[in-house]
Amino acid sequence: MRRGSARLTQVALLARRGLNEIIRVPGAAIPGIVAPTIFVLGTTAVFGKLAVLPGFTASSYLTFALPVGMLQGAGFTGAATGVNLARDIEQGWFDRLLVSPAPRAVLLAGMVASAAVRVLLPTTFLLAVGFALGAGWPGVDGLVLAVALTACFAATAASWGIALALRFRTQAAAPLMQAGMFVAVLFTTAYAPQRLLTGWIQDVARINPVTRVMNAVRQGFVGDVTWHTTWPALVALAGLLAVLLALALRALRRAGR
Amino acid sequence: MRRAHLLAQLRVVAALSRRALKQAFRRPQFLAPVVVFPSLVLAVNTGGAGSAVHIPGFPRVHGFLDFELAGAMLQSTMLAGVSGGIALALDVEMGFIDRLVAAPVSRWVLVVGRLAGTAALGLLSALWFVAAGLIFGARIEGGVLGILTILVLLPLTAAAFGAIAAGLALKSGRASVVQGVFPLVFVVVFLSSAFFPRHLLLEPARSVADYNPMSLIAEALRYPVIRGASGGEFLKGLGGVAIVGAVGAWFSAFALRARLRAG
Repeated sequence: MRRGSARLTQVALLARRGLNEIIRVPGAAIPGIVAPTIFVLGTTAVFGKLAVLPGFTASSYLTFALPVGMLQGAGFTGAATGVNLARDIEQGWFDRLLVSPAPRAVLLAGMVASAAVRVLLPTTFLLAVGFALGAGWPGVDGLVLAVALTACFAATAASWGIALALRFRTQAAAPLMQAGMFVAVLFTTAYAPQRLLTGWIQDVARINPVTRVMNAVRQGFVGDVTWHTTWPALVALAGLLAVLLALALRALRRAGR
Repeated sequence: MRRAHLLAQLRVVAALSRRALKQAFRRPQFLAPVVVFPSLVLAVNTGGAGSAVHIPGFPRVHGFLDFELAGAMLQSTMLAGVSGGIALALDVEMGFIDRLVAAPVSRWVLVVGRLAGTAALGLLSALWFVAAGLIFGARIEGGVLGILTILVLLPLTAAAFGAIAAGLALKSGRASVVQGVFPLVFVVVFLSSAFFPRHLLLEPARSVADYNPMSLIAEALRYPVIRGASGGEFLKGLGGVAIVGAVGAWFSAFALRARLRAG
């Protein structure tokens, strides 16, 4: 019992250290907070006329694009967690953490938890700007579900970033961390509903598990929240999280050898 | 005597540009944004928004890929400029620029050497996107002449945008500050006709795109792909490059002077 609470304290402390970055190095955090909003506003300005096509499922393109920004913010946050770990490895701080009595799983949980909390910043900023500009209200249930799924996706993205940081041990791997998440989020129904996608991306989006997450995050914005759309997202997230956490933990266990 | 001096300076420019290119190929973080991200954006835009060709008023094109190629090329060269700026800022941070200042070379060589490397990166990016476009089914209506206009415009665009990034690098002396410009590149590209026809953009992007010199460059890059080679469009593109280049030249000269004065 006591050991369990000590572990939780360790996780909380490591998560807080991850969050301290935002206050200590705001210059590095701001682009990650603002970028998803810029992306959503940019794609809306550019591809907004797609909403006039028959088969488009949202009242406005901005409403349709908001969930893309939320998941993209989660992807960037996860990549940033990986980059921060790579910097800790380069500067030797991580070696000190490895010789501490905290189990590897606790170290991993602390980093992943910080990403899940940190993603609330770009999400809140994006939603505030989106609603101010007239994006459709998803309802309380739709909003809560969208934010919760976004936080889980940030944890998944962080596991990916951590696994790569431990594999390459350098910040130079940052583009790989970001590109992986970029592909995962945008090779979905990000720009248009499934039936309006063209060419190969139609097939990729169909098999990409993140498409299920995207549809579930988006459901409140474009219609009603249903279990039928929610459960595939939960299964996809659980699967992704299990695989990527296992990869990160394996890399973490090898790091100390 | 004067000619010999100029030749000596040009040799330094060539050496510095070779160094800049080597740096780009040695460090994936410099090359990835130039090639990987715009290629991914091109792939996503083409497949994700490919139905746009059915929107009433969309120009007649062979395929949406043909239309989007210009946007990807423009984005790539702008990112090449920013990557060059980051590398220059790292040179400032590590003291390499201070050593060059102490060497018997003209001051302008410090910036022009880096920009020549950025322009070469722009040329490589142009070759990459022309080749990728042709492989994936784009049709370049302007033929060889059309490709040549693209190969001239893109390195110039990269150098012009690189001059702004170089100014920022010299003024701030910090790579993290120049790195912060990355999102701005997306803003500038979104607020131009790089990815969509100007008349189909939503307001206020449509009005901003009318005054954004990047629209001139994007349309000059697109015209040879979807219509054919045109001297008029090429000149418009050069006009856009001249506007961006003039701002960049002024800013980098101002920043260099300020840095040298500060010691």
